[in-house]
Amino acid sequence: MAAPTGPTPAATRSAVTEPAWIKWLLIAVSIGFLGAFLFVPLVSVFTEALRKGFGAYLDGVRDPSALAAITLTLVTAAIAVPLNLVFGVAAAWAIAKFRFPGRSVLVSLIDLPFAVSPVISGLVFVLLFGLQGWLGPWLSRHDISVVFAVPGIVLATLFVTFPFVARELIPLMQEQGTEEEQAALVLGAGGWQTFWRVTLPNVKWALLYGVILCNARAMGEFGAVSVVSGHIRGQTNTMPLHVEILYNEYNFVAAFAVASLLTLLALVTLGLKSLIEARSL
Amino acid sequence: MSIELTDITKTFGSFVALRNVSLTVPDGELVALLGPSGSGKTTLLRIIAGLEQPDPGSGSIRFHDEDVAGHRVGHRRVGFVFQHYALFRHMSVFENVAFGLRVRPRAARPSEHEIRTKVGSLLRLVQLDGLSDRQPHHLSGGQRQRVALARALAIEPRVLLLDEPFGALDAKVRQELRRWLRRLHDELNVSSVFVTHDQDEALEVADRVVVMNQGGVEQVGCPDEVFHRPRTEFVMSFLGNVNRFRGRAEVGRVSFANVAVEHDSALAGDASVFVRPQDVEIETTPNGAPGFKATVLRVHSAGPSVQVELLAESGETLLAELSHERCGALDLRRGGSVVVVPRRVKVFVDRREA
Repeated sequence: MAAPTGPTPAATRSAVTEPAWIKWLLIAVSIGFLGAFLFVPLVSVFTEALRKGFGAYLDGVRDPSALAAITLTLVTAAIAVPLNLVFGVAAAWAIAKFRFPGRSVLVSLIDLPFAVSPVISGLVFVLLFGLQGWLGPWLSRHDISVVFAVPGIVLATLFVTFPFVARELIPLMQEQGTEEEQAALVLGAGGWQTFWRVTLPNVKWALLYGVILCNARAMGEFGAVSVVSGHIRGQTNTMPLHVEILYNEYNFVAAFAVASLLTLLALVTLGLKSLIEARSL
Repeated sequence: MSIELTDITKTFGSFVALRNVSLTVPDGELVALLGPSGSGKTTLLRIIAGLEQPDPGSGSIRFHDEDVAGHRVGHRRVGFVFQHYALFRHMSVFENVAFGLRVRPRAARPSEHEIRTKVGSLLRLVQLDGLSDRQPHHLSGGQRQRVALARALAIEPRVLLLDEPFGALDAKVRQELRRWLRRLHDELNVSSVFVTHDQDEALEVADRVVVMNQGGVEQVGCPDEVFHRPRTEFVMSFLGNVNRFRGRAEVGRVSFANVAVEHDSALAGDASVFVRPQDVEIETTPNGAPGFKATVLRVHSAGPSVQVELLAESGETLLAELSHERCGALDLRRGGSVVVVPRRVKVFVDRREA
């Protein structure tokens, strides 16, 4: 019997393999671009922050108004992220596991914060809760301040960061379907047991991923928060707003010192993100 | 535990999935729900499990005289094996099987030691004892199927329900697994219902076959009964291959395709006449038995037997199935003339004439 004729060595090179010089050129261009537009700015943040030495850097971070900004940012994230975790899971569950009228409208609504400019998002809250807004007179009569105060900042952050968790979960939950939940119910599990033991563990990596992105945005949000904040130093300034104020005052070292903290947050977020991606594969 | 369904109707919007279905599964039997897709067999299975509710006001569901229609799905104590297994993907084989025990209310929950013993013996039963730490995605289809079965059995179900249990497996594994399921059923003796669209599977495995079509039950009987004594044209044509002719029945005989054969028909009128390919005999010359002339269209060797496509003198095409030996002796050629002798016919008279 004749042996099947195999491909000759020259023909074994894949048809989609480019010559070596094209490969190296592409790699060089990508690295050059990333270096010029991402790495150099990243380094410049830290060099600017440390230009006048470590002492000046620490002074910039330890300044009372900087500390107040850091605290406010952490408080805002600590409220907004858990709430959006709960809302996001609830919305994703409703959308992925049930059929109901208005479902597609809900899907579009979840994307609304991504679709509108953050400045508009901030203005919406001013129009709602501001002194001239719909609820303004009622709020001022009861001595509750929302706009130009911490509640407004939290609300604006909640609004802007709402989609992150839900968007991560919906496609995964839709793909997984409801059969495992049905199996759990037949085996005698209750609704909560099914949720905690089956639904949630199945989406835990996507959920964590969504939470991390949500947190990064909650701490870094500028536009919407800027509109509702009022920029009261030491009271309603979050870290991004504080950076802007310092910069406008030509206080570059302090501005970059606070900015470096936000940059570190971004780097930690990236690290966690790639760790989770590796784990969930 | 016997299952008794009375007068169950289920509609999805304007689609009637089940129409006044009544069904009894005697204690300890293995029953197949057999039908084409859309016949309502899976809906019926899910209604028994409690995963679907019958229409309000339609009949009752009883497990051994206990009305379970009001019971929530988890309280019916049924074992359900899903078509695609629905194993918990983030749990090991062991935890999958243990799930039904771990979610019990604290008072009824077995101790960790009891759970280990129980799951261990179930995994031995389904021949997976070495694999308890594996994740489901590391198992083959047949192994997943058996994990799903062990998981369903862990809650000591009163009835076992299987939705297309072998549907997603390849042909060889399928055959082994269905024989194994039959043996397992005889060992456990729990009333079981499985859904299938494969008539071989139903006829081979089940004690009793329920043939379903368009939301209704066409016939219930043991495999022999539904195969050899089909009550409707649908059952006749769904179970195995058939050749269908239009003809006319007289009392005691039936004529079709230029032939008249004896038949114990007590009715007269226009009729559908069915002949199974195995019951078609081919002769090269007339041998006295009633037959009709035909031309050979195609001969193809289909594994263990030979299939011959024929064109009858009266214009119908038909299929005959014979052994390789017989085919060799006849020396069939394309275009050759033969005589076809229907050995056994099944007649369904259209309407009754006195």
